[in-house]
Amino acid sequence: MAQRTVEVASAQGLHARPATLFTQAAAGTGVTIAKDGGTPVDAASILRVMALGVKNGETVTLEGEDEAALDRLVALLATDLDAEQ
Amino acid sequence: MTEVPGPTSQELHGSGVGRGAVVGPVARAYPPPPTPLDAEGPDNDAGRQAAVQEVAEAYKAVAATLMTRAQNAAGTTMGDVLTATAAMASDPELIGSVKERVLTGQAPLFAVDRATEEYVDLFTAAGGYLAERVTDLRSVRDRVLARLAGRPEPGVPELAEPSVVVATDLSPADTATLDLAKVKAIVIAQGGPTGHTAIIAGQLGIPCVVRVDGADELVDGEIVAVDAATGVITRNPAPELTAKAEQRMQALHDLEKDRSDGATSDGHPVQLLANIGTAEDAERLTEAAVEGVGLFRTEVLFLGRTTAPTRQEQAEVYARVLTALGGRKVVVRTLDAGADKPLAFVTRTDEENPALGVRGYRLVRTAKELMADQLAALAAAQEATGVQPWVMAPMIATVDEAAEFAAMAREAGIAKAGVMVEVPSAALRARDILAEVDFVSMGTNDLAQYTMASDRLLGSLVDLLDPWQPAVLDLVAAVARGGREAEKSAGVCGESASDPLMALVLTGLGVTSLSMSPAAVPAVRFSLARHSLERCQKMAAAALAAPTAAKGRAAVLALCDPQVAEVLAL
Repeated sequence: MAQRTVEVASAQGLHARPATLFTQAAAGTGVTIAKDGGTPVDAASILRVMALGVKNGETVTLEGEDEAALDRLVALLATDLDAEQ
Repeated sequence: MTEVPGPTSQELHGSGVGRGAVVGPVARAYPPPPTPLDAEGPDNDAGRQAAVQEVAEAYKAVAATLMTRAQNAAGTTMGDVLTATAAMASDPELIGSVKERVLTGQAPLFAVDRATEEYVDLFTAAGGYLAERVTDLRSVRDRVLARLAGRPEPGVPELAEPSVVVATDLSPADTATLDLAKVKAIVIAQGGPTGHTAIIAGQLGIPCVVRVDGADELVDGEIVAVDAATGVITRNPAPELTAKAEQRMQALHDLEKDRSDGATSDGHPVQLLANIGTAEDAERLTEAAVEGVGLFRTEVLFLGRTTAPTRQEQAEVYARVLTALGGRKVVVRTLDAGADKPLAFVTRTDEENPALGVRGYRLVRTAKELMADQLAALAAAQEATGVQPWVMAPMIATVDEAAEFAAMAREAGIAKAGVMVEVPSAALRARDILAEVDFVSMGTNDLAQYTMASDRLLGSLVDLLDPWQPAVLDLVAAVARGGREAEKSAGVCGESASDPLMALVLTGLGVTSLSMSPAAVPAVRFSLARHSLERCQKMAAAALAAPTAAKGRAAVLALCDPQVAEVLAL
């Protein structure tokens, strides 16, 4: 199982729009996402991801088998998804 | 569309709001499905497997519909919200939880409802932004439930062409999501002429007919003529009727070109103001021929939320309104919640008579900070824009309440503090109240409700709520007299101000400003300009002298300029 940690860059944190884009990208990858010390949740579940309440600048940990998918998701979180219209 | 009624036309009747007449196809809106109570699902494995399949397909179909609507709204805030809502309808965890429940024996509808409520609880507990998303979660649930139950999707459909929206009733949320550019008219089976839908429709100048018997029989796509002046809906209208509707709309359109200030034919000024509910409404007035805003209903900011908007959020909205009016008069009404406008975070649910309960200004008894925050936000908006709002409190019953509110407002830095007169006690003692405040504004809908002991949302009592009831006019006259003696403004911001005939009576009684839906202003301006103050005073005397509402209106109509009566279909 591979792990990555990344700081969330979206200005408003993982709210509606960023959470939608992130969970869409995570669909089918089997990747989980967790806040510091928290329980990992399915990264493809918008409800679970939104419920984490991740704010701008907070660090999250992604975990999964598919390294390429992990890299893609890390890159996504490191972008300000609110700015990218 | 497929279903078209027979060749003979058929009329439905209701109460009209506005003077417009239109012809267009019906677009039906449906209520949300009831909460499922049947907990037991199929009692064998094959049945459960089939149910799981059905649930999965229902979610898939709902997600697809929402996605299409999201794409049609791409690039807007609504588009983002719809995209997120579509993602909720595809959420593997949510769907997984529903499937698991069904496999362990729950009925599919029950499982959908329960699984959704788990997330509702989670989001509500988190508060803030997440709590606001609860509405979206429930809208996904309602759509899935409707699909599973074989019912039409709840809410107003997306309108492909300009249509007549037909519903049993429309919630404020339904009305808020309407694509107004495509709404030709609104027809509802319930409600009353002073209910929420009617008021909103009136504000936007959309012809509206409420309490229409048989509205539920109207079919998607069939062509109907809607006449708001007479309250008649005609199915399958003849070409002459369509032509007549077009002529009426043209005549009303011509009146809109007059942009002069409100005045009688001999120059007695009567301010013509607009009633609004949102900053967007105010921004639509930037070019409008109104002398300002006579009623800004701030509760729209608070409705449908789980917590109050912050001071800063409020201040920004108020500043937008003040800016949009560019220095014209703006009368802001502080939060009017309770009764028919419950608020999740303050309204008590155990009141037996909410209209007589803790509502309007009375909220200071239990939640004083709401008022303090609102006044502070208004002061901040005043500071930011350099425009001084007039601020008034709703549901004032006593001189003490009026004095207390005025003190709070002035302490916050508001120079013009007033109160609404909606309760007979306040009308009868208007003189004493005006000694404490800078102005009063009469809410004639509520004033009629409390004078006539009739729920204003109850369409079956609509005759009692007639603003022509002489007892209601007696109270209006008392308030206007108080205003004259105190040399302070006494306005009317109830819907009766939008009736071009009643506007003449109110002017004759001494009312100084009339606030109404912006769409109603041209007709009232035209009516005022064709009558002298003396004629208005005669009309007022005739209305007060009549023993009944119908006789009063007839006596006033007899004194009205015949040309005005004809053009306005009075």
